[in-house]
Amino acid sequence: MPSVGAGWSRFVERHPAPVFTFPAVVVVFVLMVFPVLYTLYMSVHSWFASSVTAPEWVGLGNFRRAFVDDDRFRNALWLTVYFTGLATLLQVVLGVTLALLLNRPFRGKGLVRSIFLLPMVATPVAIALVWMMMYNPTLGVMNYLVGLVGLGPYKWVSNAAVVIPALVVVDTWEWTPLITLIALAGLATLPLEPYESAKIDGASATQMFWRITLPLLRPAIIVALLFRAIDCLKTFDIIYVMTQGGPGFASETLNVYAFQVGLFYFHIGYASSLLVILFALVLGVSLLLIKVRRGAW
Amino acid sequence: MSASSRSGERVSGWTYVLIVVLMVPFLFPLFWMFLSSLKTQVQNTAYPPVLAFTPTLDNYREVFQKNPFFTFAWNSLVVAAGSTGLALLLGLPGAYAIARFKRTGIALAILTARMAPGIGYLIPWFILFTKAKLIDTYTALILTHLIVALPLVLWVMIGFFEDVPGELIEAGRIDGCTHWAAFLRIAIPLAKPGIVATGILAFIFSWNNFLFSLIVAGFKTRTLPIAVYNFLSYEEINWGGLTAAATVITLPVLALALLVQKHIVRGLTLGAMKG
Repeated sequence: MPSVGAGWSRFVERHPAPVFTFPAVVVVFVLMVFPVLYTLYMSVHSWFASSVTAPEWVGLGNFRRAFVDDDRFRNALWLTVYFTGLATLLQVVLGVTLALLLNRPFRGKGLVRSIFLLPMVATPVAIALVWMMMYNPTLGVMNYLVGLVGLGPYKWVSNAAVVIPALVVVDTWEWTPLITLIALAGLATLPLEPYESAKIDGASATQMFWRITLPLLRPAIIVALLFRAIDCLKTFDIIYVMTQGGPGFASETLNVYAFQVGLFYFHIGYASSLLVILFALVLGVSLLLIKVRRGAW
Repeated sequence: MSASSRSGERVSGWTYVLIVVLMVPFLFPLFWMFLSSLKTQVQNTAYPPVLAFTPTLDNYREVFQKNPFFTFAWNSLVVAAGSTGLALLLGLPGAYAIARFKRTGIALAILTARMAPGIGYLIPWFILFTKAKLIDTYTALILTHLIVALPLVLWVMIGFFEDVPGELIEAGRIDGCTHWAAFLRIAIPLAKPGIVATGILAFIFSWNNFLFSLIVAGFKTRTLPIAVYNFLSYEEINWGGLTAAATVITLPVLALALLVQKHIVRGLTLGAMKG
């Protein structure tokens, strides 16, 4: 059927953008828009994944329950913010510091980049297991290492007061390299002129750092920070494998709580409303990100 | 500081000492994982930790003998290859068109999809797959992994396709290339390193995926991360076996990443660097 083929080719030639993007857009739509609509629908219903009883309309009841009656939810919300704030802050400060220290000529830059790549791509379940072993209160190497400088011993992820910082350390180990690589890329593109004129004006190295380097790096750093914040809000693998939200509920972030409510207690309605709240948090940070990328900051 | 680094300052020995000191923490957990996998249970539970010991491969032997580890690896491979292949097939033309015809609206929608929490996607699909009796099938696993892979391919490849010089495409168009031919014969070959890196990145994320496989995979399609996670439920944790299994699932990923490290770094940082 040459005529049909030729007609189709002409159509593609006239409308390349819609035709090229159509398959991807349809699949993204089906894979993602259906679940989003379903979650929104379920968030105003009560339903226990039962084939006998249909979902019951409860309006905003799930949300009221979360914010008014559910201590476990408020705990999870706070832990999510605590984990995200601490992890993002630590990773940005460490990552940028590392980049500044490494931004000098030396042989073996490729090797350094390879090493930085490893924590980011290593399988999170494997990472979580190794850190569990290292954190083990009786045989773990972490207590031995902090003992060398006179600290500890700690119970790490088995201690409710320490579990979040201990998990933040794991996430920081995994993702600080990303910030470093982004900051290094930013440092490589810095113009030389401001430094030269600052030198002529007699500026010190510290002044040049605060007045020139940091402001020029800021856009890259802020974008990296927001990307990390978005991913930290959704951290699941390492928390679920290492603590399952424990001890007690001491590391049960919103994501882990929603998982338990939805896929352990099968309260689909309530879990959906929790996910709507989590998504609202993520969306808030995302909107900030989009604003920054448009250069409004 | 950055200015002085470019004026060709001499590299002192202290620089290398500093770099080694900075790199050790990032290598240590992986080193410890590998080291523990070569120790006996007695050596692994000793405190303070044993550093001098005769390495043994017994843990690896045990992992492969006591578990259908090759089946798990095969399952991981099928799902990762399937979702990566599909994501590239669907995503490459899309990313090319978004980059070339400046469809920023679509790009933004995809970014939003990337941001949503995975469990929000998982619960509806879990219910649908249960009704359709698709739980514990490759189809369901590949589809859920595509939720991660497709936005990743689209988002990262937009950046790589933007690097393809527009003049080359224009020149091809003047020589009579259709849009499709320009995409296939000019853009794809020029973006090939980026495509390879993006494919490997998508493969790695699927291979590493825990959350979706935990719910959607069953006994027949269990992937490696879930198999290793299940080792934890044993009464007494066998640390040697556990770290041996962790080493076995991590090693292919690390090797793949190092193979194309330069472009992978670009791919990983692209999302944050563009715009």
